[in-house]
Amino acid sequence: MNHSVQPKRVRTIDRSQRRRSSTWLSPRRNAGSAHRQGMGLIIPIALLLIWELLSRIGIFPPNLLPAPSTVALTLWGLLISGELLAHISVTLYRVFLGFLLGSVAATVLGALTGYSRFAHNLLDPLFQALRNIPSLAWVPLFILWMGIYESSKIALIAVGVFFPVYLNLMTGVQNVDRKLVEVGKAYRLSQFQLILRVFLPATLPAYIVGLRSGLGLGWMFVVAAEIMGASRGLGFLLVDGQTTGRPDIIIASILLFALFGKLTDTLLAALGKRVLYWQDSYISQT
Amino acid sequence: MLSIDSVSKRFNNGFVALESVDLQVRPGEIVSLVGTSGCGKSTLLRIISGLDQPTAGQVSVHGQRITAPHRDIGIIFQEPRLMPWLTVQDNIRFGLGSADRTTDITPILTKVGLLGFADALPRQLSGGMAQRVAIARALITQPSILLLDEPFSALDAFTRTKLQDHLLHIWEYDRPTMILVTHDVEEALVLSDRILVMRADPGRLHRELVIDLPRPRKRTEHQLQRWKERLLGELDLSLEDRSLLEIN
Repeated sequence: MNHSVQPKRVRTIDRSQRRRSSTWLSPRRNAGSAHRQGMGLIIPIALLLIWELLSRIGIFPPNLLPAPSTVALTLWGLLISGELLAHISVTLYRVFLGFLLGSVAATVLGALTGYSRFAHNLLDPLFQALRNIPSLAWVPLFILWMGIYESSKIALIAVGVFFPVYLNLMTGVQNVDRKLVEVGKAYRLSQFQLILRVFLPATLPAYIVGLRSGLGLGWMFVVAAEIMGASRGLGFLLVDGQTTGRPDIIIASILLFALFGKLTDTLLAALGKRVLYWQDSYISQT
Repeated sequence: MLSIDSVSKRFNNGFVALESVDLQVRPGEIVSLVGTSGCGKSTLLRIISGLDQPTAGQVSVHGQRITAPHRDIGIIFQEPRLMPWLTVQDNIRFGLGSADRTTDITPILTKVGLLGFADALPRQLSGGMAQRVAIARALITQPSILLLDEPFSALDAFTRTKLQDHLLHIWEYDRPTMILVTHDVEEALVLSDRILVMRADPGRLHRELVIDLPRPRKRTEHQLQRWKERLLGELDLSLEDRSLLEIN
């Protein structure tokens, strides 16, 4: 029984632990991570240079695959004419609204079917059946119901976003550690408190994965919606490039899709990292 | 006074986990429940905590019947079961039940030797430290009864011994009644005033051993070794060996 010794031992651990915790808790930006990000750029840049070279010496026919510099010039032209901004903003608006509607609906229903066995037995079979319909199959019906303008496009995107968010959230809620729920009960939390203080934070990791895959599908479906009939948007630009025989425009819009898809996903991932600072996972330690 | 009156627990599949258990525990007493697996010791603890309900009989504290988790009864599980998203101090405050952020937790942090770790996250703690946070969480309401369900069994031998001593040290402050479920015969002997040996099929109290040795007790003490032999005899380990053979 040497209690007198114990505090001293604890205090020595204490200092090293706190030093560690200060770096772990705050999002850090150090030389290591910049180095890692830089490594991912090497191969794309090399490929671009080879592509440019092969186009210049005429191995790639310019009417099928223009040089990267041509694509860049086309992009620049669209930008200064103001056309590009109009296309980008309308596409962003559609993705945003579709994502919002789809994820809100999925959040409500996924939380419900995950938490309540009754709601699960009642609703989940239906959603699982609907999920197996290829989402593009809805297009004719949506156009018939809502016309060819904005509503049908946004509805299609919302349907695409809905299922991954719904599925991830539902399984996330179902997989909440029973032992933590029991702690909540042992400490007399009400049903509402239990949801707020145990289920909600415990489900966040799965929910964020759902939102990210939902957003990915949102971008996929905006292309589909815009290809099928639009007068503005990046998808329209794709079709326009095809009909006017301008591969540089097609490649430019593909690049823009990649850019904005990556940008919005990075935003969501950063948000996720912020709210999931507590995760004890393999990736958070490296 | 904690009073358990003819408590029985029968599960839906017909398994009788407890049959007519009677037990009185005095305030400040440390009682261990030991027995082979399936003897119902954890079930009994969960019924006392209010997390499970008995199929017959009742548990009461100071004459008040326990039917749900109660502020005056703290529980510590085999695993720390900390909320991974809460800091140490918020995990401890979780024990208050409400989302209270004003209660000063410095005294309790000092008591469990974690002063300076208030803002650490569970992932940064060692197993022993995490279990001490769980102890603090159970103690924050200053319960008069503390239930411990194999609290140290997941820890290494060295940390376990340390925490047993630490628990006794904490007990000396407020002298809560402690009921401890354990597989560890030595742990039961070092800590308890009374050891209740339970038997399975159906789960029942089999034997009561009153350990009247003064505390703190040395693990190497001659008398403790004699108790150990007796207790191991009472546990009837041969029976379990036989059932193991049947399974194989």
